[in-house]
Amino acid sequence: MMLLLIATVLCAGIILSALLAVHLGNIVSAAISAGMASLFAAIIYLVLAAPDVAMTEAAIGSGLTTVIFLYAIRRTMEPREK
Amino acid sequence: MIKRATILITLALLGLIFLQMVVEYSPSTALNPLSTHYVTSGPDELGAANIVTAVVVTYRGLDTLGEVAVLFISAAGVGLLLRRKASEKEEERSRRPSSELVGTAIHFLLPLIFVLGIYIFINGHLTPGGGFQGGAVLASGIMLLLLADPDTRLNHGMIEWLESSAGFSYVVVGVLGLVLAGGFLDNRFLDLGTLGELFSAGAIPIIYIFIGLKVGTELSAVLERMKD
Repeated sequence: MMLLLIATVLCAGIILSALLAVHLGNIVSAAISAGMASLFAAIIYLVLAAPDVAMTEAAIGSGLTTVIFLYAIRRTMEPREK
Repeated sequence: MIKRATILITLALLGLIFLQMVVEYSPSTALNPLSTHYVTSGPDELGAANIVTAVVVTYRGLDTLGEVAVLFISAAGVGLLLRRKASEKEEERSRRPSSELVGTAIHFLLPLIFVLGIYIFINGHLTPGGGFQGGAVLASGIMLLLLADPDTRLNHGMIEWLESSAGFSYVVVGVLGLVLAGGFLDNRFLDLGTLGELFSAGAIPIIYIFIGLKVGTELSAVLERMKD
């Protein structure tokens, strides 16, 4: 029962942060919410006894991907001063 | 109008598919025959305490090689698209210095992160994790390094050498399995050892060390290319 409750809250977190990522006006906040969705997914993998997948999701999904998004946003926003 | 209707119809059809999956879902109470084989005879056959690793590295080793190849191609694509031109190499840019917190913490955290990453892929046959996870942890250490000091330059020669030799050695180990044991990426050409010890499971730790180094260097190279 407890497990079901935790899983439900985490799933709600995934959906909520995914919706935020789509609807937020600020593109940097949107990238961070997308990373948050991955972080919730990583925790739910851990709760569902899949630590291998959880590790990958936490390191790549919420860590590296978010930073790569932020780098890409900076590269495309900043005007090339020449 | 037509476009909107098409989108709605597509969404409705997708919803129908998922609805069917949810309605007809019943949790399986027993393992299917293939899983049963992996779980019961995997540890005896391959000597790996972590069954996930036995499946990923040996039973489905070719898929893992494919994943490594996909990662390699994407890293090469990023490198090709974002290669630094010689003219803008020494361009001075006024960057905001990183916060003192990150700059101080990195001296303590970076060795720990690297040790954790190496631990994860060396113990891939014993504990959860493996080459991909350990490599990603290594790359997140490099990410912290780049965040703490944006002017860090990674040694490209060393990264490329490490990456290509790790990938080459991975395939060589696979071919050794083909020649000396039962098939491509078969781990049994080395002694299986005792279940649960560090030096056991034949060639699995060696394969995971190569995968970990390859994934770590590839992701670090992607990060470094994206940075500047």
